[in-house]
Amino acid sequence: MSLPVVEYLKLPEGEEPYLEGHKCSECGSIFLGERNVCSNCFARDSMQSIKLNNTGKLYSYSIVFRSFPGIEVPYISAIVDLDGGGTVKGNLIDCEPDPDKISFDMPVEVIFDDALGRKDKDGNSYISYFFKPIS
Amino acid sequence: MSDVYVLGVDMIKFGRFPDRTVPDLGAEAALLALDDAGLNIGNMEAFYCGNLGQANAMVGQRILQEIGQTGIPVVNCSNACATGATAFREAWTSIKAGLYDVVLAVGVEQMGTGLLGGSGGGAGIPKEGLLGSGTMPAVFAEAGMEHARQYGTTFEQFAKISVKNHHHSTMNPKARYQIETPLDEVMNAEMISYPNTKLMCSVNVDGAAAAVLVSEKKAKELGMQRAVRIKASVMTSDPYQERDLVMPDVNSCTRKAAAEAYEMAGLDSSDVDLVELHDCFATAEMLHYENLGLCEDGEAGRLIDEGEVELGGRIPVNVSGGLLSKGHPLGATGIANIYEVCTHLRGEAGERQVENAKIGMTHVIGLGSACGIHILEKV
Repeated sequence: MSLPVVEYLKLPEGEEPYLEGHKCSECGSIFLGERNVCSNCFARDSMQSIKLNNTGKLYSYSIVFRSFPGIEVPYISAIVDLDGGGTVKGNLIDCEPDPDKISFDMPVEVIFDDALGRKDKDGNSYISYFFKPIS
Repeated sequence: MSDVYVLGVDMIKFGRFPDRTVPDLGAEAALLALDDAGLNIGNMEAFYCGNLGQANAMVGQRILQEIGQTGIPVVNCSNACATGATAFREAWTSIKAGLYDVVLAVGVEQMGTGLLGGSGGGAGIPKEGLLGSGTMPAVFAEAGMEHARQYGTTFEQFAKISVKNHHHSTMNPKARYQIETPLDEVMNAEMISYPNTKLMCSVNVDGAAAAVLVSEKKAKELGMQRAVRIKASVMTSDPYQERDLVMPDVNSCTRKAAAEAYEMAGLDSSDVDLVELHDCFATAEMLHYENLGLCEDGEAGRLIDEGEVELGGRIPVNVSGGLLSKGHPLGATGIANIYEVCTHLRGEAGERQVENAKIGMTHVIGLGSACGIHILEKV
């Protein structure tokens, strides 16, 4: 069985994977990861778990040509504003790593797949999320 | 409350010193600043030391073991790339509070080579190259591309910043490099993280800088001739922004710090004659033209295109060569930029002197984030 790459990626049994946000019921701010206090409005115990949408728009990006040893390059590091709220960062795949082929606000979908074959020291495999252009 | 003055300030020439130690580099800068002030360690009442790489290793005390163990209080500070400015500001605060009249601040760093940052830590598997990139060139590229998204800023405009700063440092003997880098060379250098090529990334170097800060009473007693008045000292952290968790924000903490600094100094951006700002990457410098109010929002590209931020222009930025070419020893940077501005205000900057400089501003950002701004005035 594969594990989620980050705590906010949820793999419910028998259902589709999704990204989880925590929304402040006082001010509406959305966070990734669990927390007790809203860092925007300081409300306590106002956090509610929500399912983030699987579609969004490209907010900003960089094309990474030099990374740490063993990391395959180039790849597109993308910041995506999800429809309905929440911002996540990940790899934009199925898109040429060429600024002429990438446009701000291009619609993308969030897909879930094996984490590029990476395994932890116990040999566990992982499920990650990726962004893919919606044509 | 007393005004606070910089009485002595200096830096070592930035470079690679693998055979030396962090305390040794810091001690050299401390002695240079003490000499510049005409004082010795026995005159210091407190010492604030900034260093990142050995933050848990009592660097300040080890510096005193090299230059004089007088028993004064030592505070070791660590605040990412704002570390040096933090040490300087703590020294300023202690004099403002009336605790001391003569205080030493040192920033020092010995750097490794290669990429900084990354998101490889934590449990499970490495996230770098899987959930985007946490390397510094990529993070600041993304911040620059946010500007491109808003205003159509181009790769060429970002690259021009690097051409300018490398040109400036040919006139700075204490900079790491004295090499011109024409535009085509900058744009055709190895692409690290688009739009930052290798020549658009700050240089990892070893370095140290130090300052002696004094109260007004002490400045009058010791002689005001070369003293520089600290008109504003401000530090901020990053206020909440909706993309914070995936996109470290260097803009809002800088805007907040700049507004507070101008208010504290009773000045506005048109009064400033030169600026040393945190050009850790060419993309970062572009953002700070607007963040510091050197131009209206959306005008940063024009500023670099029209040469307004060059030596001789309306508001010269990073005439030292900046982090891009002088080098960026993380803990030293926030005092080295104060040295640069003071040198101009004293009229001692030689070939790169900003004519008639009376007011100068320094700015650093520690990602995560901390922003430190100082406004300095010729006496």
